[in-house]
Amino acid sequence: MRTDPLSEFRAGLAVILPATLAVIPFALILGAAAAQKGLSPLEVGLMSALVFAGGSQFVAVDLWTDPAPWLALGLAALLVNLRYVLMSASLAGTLKAFPRFWQFVTVFFLADETWAFAERRARQTPLTTPFLLGLIPVFYVNWVVWTVIGTLIGGSVRNPEAYGFDFAFTAIFIGLAAGFWKGPHTGMVMAASAVVSALTYLAIDGPWYVMTGAMAGMAAAVLVPEPAK
Amino acid sequence: MSVTAANLLAILAMAVATYATRGFGLWIADHIPASGRTRAALDALPAAVLTAVVAPVALATGPAETIAAAITLVAALRLPLLATVATGVVAVVVLRYVLG
Repeated sequence: MRTDPLSEFRAGLAVILPATLAVIPFALILGAAAAQKGLSPLEVGLMSALVFAGGSQFVAVDLWTDPAPWLALGLAALLVNLRYVLMSASLAGTLKAFPRFWQFVTVFFLADETWAFAERRARQTPLTTPFLLGLIPVFYVNWVVWTVIGTLIGGSVRNPEAYGFDFAFTAIFIGLAAGFWKGPHTGMVMAASAVVSALTYLAIDGPWYVMTGAMAGMAAAVLVPEPAK
Repeated sequence: MSVTAANLLAILAMAVATYATRGFGLWIADHIPASGRTRAALDALPAAVLTAVVAPVALATGPAETIAAAITLVAALRLPLLATVATGVVAVVVLRYVLG
């Protein structure tokens, strides 16, 4: 099938543009919170460029202490990002026509937004390299740049609690969790996770509540089967 | 403007863990069960992790945070993400002022 590379590139750019603008406030919030935890703009830029996974970066900054608990932060990133296993597995089918090496490069840049748009495009027309070049790089650079700007600005904000700034994190996570809502079964998973997480938090120092809560939610999902649709 | 060794190690640990999830998916694409217990656990994972992250603030910090978290959840099921965050932040500021 013959396609015009420029129009493919433009199509990729067009579908990602709204999401690119929409993540800017979150990038600023993340950078500012990282600055409050004592991370430098260069460290935040490195994290955004190498990890490039907003949800896990929010969790990491939330858990960050000095000196950084690298094992707990790595494990937390692994848990929060486990959904990428499923997303890149589904993308494997979509990218079947691409060389294997290029597939492994592409999934480095996998994000919820780019994944969703790539899969949607693939339902209508085969994915092309120019389309992916429109879809991915601008979104990636945008995230790195705005998290660094957030760090530069955020270091100068004093007493962020007064503006409810600390709660922005909590609200983002609740909003992201609700995005996975599929009915009462999800509610049960979330309730099991919340109770075990809060109890662990009260009983044990450190970020272990993320692991125990997540395990409890998954156990609940396995033990109580989802009603058939 | 500097990078400490501990922070760099943590960032690299996160980067390796995150790429592992992305690369592993490509690698095992043909072997993920379409149903069954493994699938049920994986499907539940994102919501379970995100809930576990917020539970200490939402349930074990104070009444202002608990009520604001409930308001945020209701908003999240109806509004886009950015409006949800704005609702939550306004709610917690007002509730902290009123309750405390």
